[in-house]
Amino acid sequence: MIKLQLPVSEEAIRELKIGDEVAISGLMVTARDAAHKYIHENWPDWLNPIMENSMIYHCGPVVKQHDDGSWSFVAAGPTTSIREEPYEASVMEHYKVRAVIGKGGMGAQTLAGLAKSGGVYLHAIGGLAASLAKSVVKVKDVYMLEELGVPEAFWHIEVKDFPAVVTMDSHGGSLHTTIKANSDEVAKKLIFG
Amino acid sequence: MFQYNEKGLKDQLLELIRLAATDLPVDVVDAIKAAQQNEPEGSAARSVFGMLLKNIDLARDESTPICQDTGTNIYLIHIPEGVSMRKLTALIKEATAEAVEKSYLRPNAVDSLTGKNSGNNIGEGQPFIHFEEWDNDTIEFKLMLKGGGCENVSTQYKLPDVGLGAGRDLDGVYKVIVDAVNAAQGLGCAPGILGIGIGGDRTSSHLAAKTQLFRKITDINKNPELAELEAKLKNDLNQLGIGPMGFGGNTTILAVKMGALHRLPASFFVSIAYMCWAYRRHSMILKANGEVSYD
Repeated sequence: MIKLQLPVSEEAIRELKIGDEVAISGLMVTARDAAHKYIHENWPDWLNPIMENSMIYHCGPVVKQHDDGSWSFVAAGPTTSIREEPYEASVMEHYKVRAVIGKGGMGAQTLAGLAKSGGVYLHAIGGLAASLAKSVVKVKDVYMLEELGVPEAFWHIEVKDFPAVVTMDSHGGSLHTTIKANSDEVAKKLIFG
Repeated sequence: MFQYNEKGLKDQLLELIRLAATDLPVDVVDAIKAAQQNEPEGSAARSVFGMLLKNIDLARDESTPICQDTGTNIYLIHIPEGVSMRKLTALIKEATAEAVEKSYLRPNAVDSLTGKNSGNNIGEGQPFIHFEEWDNDTIEFKLMLKGGGCENVSTQYKLPDVGLGAGRDLDGVYKVIVDAVNAAQGLGCAPGILGIGIGGDRTSSHLAAKTQLFRKITDINKNPELAELEAKLKNDLNQLGIGPMGFGGNTTILAVKMGALHRLPASFFVSIAYMCWAYRRHSMILKANGEVSYD
């Protein structure tokens, strides 16, 4: 298990290889479909300090607001990442984001982007929402809650020992490509004999 | 005429929602435990199954959602003659909004035109409620929460499919299902459970596929030909090696459940409803005396 403390350097991220298990601590931000669309249309400067040398978590949480106005995460597993494929490489490069955390992996454009700007794709376990919410120790802030709604807002969160696996690295490696190539072969045999 | 107490039933429906969101059914947990035993010690797949089982216990113990995507809320309701569907729908919506306030459900209804989240999980077509009348003097509410990741990999084929060499028979059905599961990889939060609808039109076929998912994993198909195909598909699909989350492993699919509808001579649809491992479904029977039982 490799411990990653945020903010993290490009050098530390480039050392990671597919299959590495990591435990992440520090500040990161959630962003999913509507947030990525918004970024691409506006490229806001306010995201710079939040995203630089940090990570984007593809997550639409179930949250609870307390009487004093503060928030906590009740359920917070990853959502499917491939929907952000059109945006992610340029978002990571623009804001110097060192990793995205999600599920299902991403495509060729993101893989090339990881190599270019120095990033990794981290796979969290889908549906592990109750457990992963425990890793979110604090909700520091929320941005654009009114415009985007609870699942799609930017939640600036502090995590502790958040578990994930590197499935795409900055050296062109993708576990998803390997698994797919193997299952394509088996599927071909099952379908065509 | 079947009578019920509206306030009482709203609270009972809220409990049904809480159970569905936080308490994975026993047959599903058993299937995941069996899958864990089928992966080698020290493998990523075995470790993933271990984490899933811990998460299932945690969600149940703390009454929090197993998955943050509390999904489309799909109700299949059986009513005796004369019960108002409009009134039951209103009560379900009331219970749904309350479940959002209690953080059992995520506000999951987004206006497709404006992009605005309704904030209470209620909107046009949400929740999805399907009524059928029956002869019993009870109301049965079946509820399934089906997340977006697995819904996005659900699909529909029409036979024949030249590219797959799939004709208009059960062998053709088999081929398109293999193709769909291979295309899905880990994206539907594998290991998945497949509900298959054969025949019908585009709409009824999808509904038949989803209705199959209300069967328990242990249920054996009454049609021997389909029972055999369900078992064969489960075995063969697990050779794909996709494994939990698409990390690789021996279990890609936990179960296959199939049903058939009559079709038009011109049409032969095969609908595939892919359900994630967080196969959240419970049911509730309301008796005429106001008592309920949950399953």
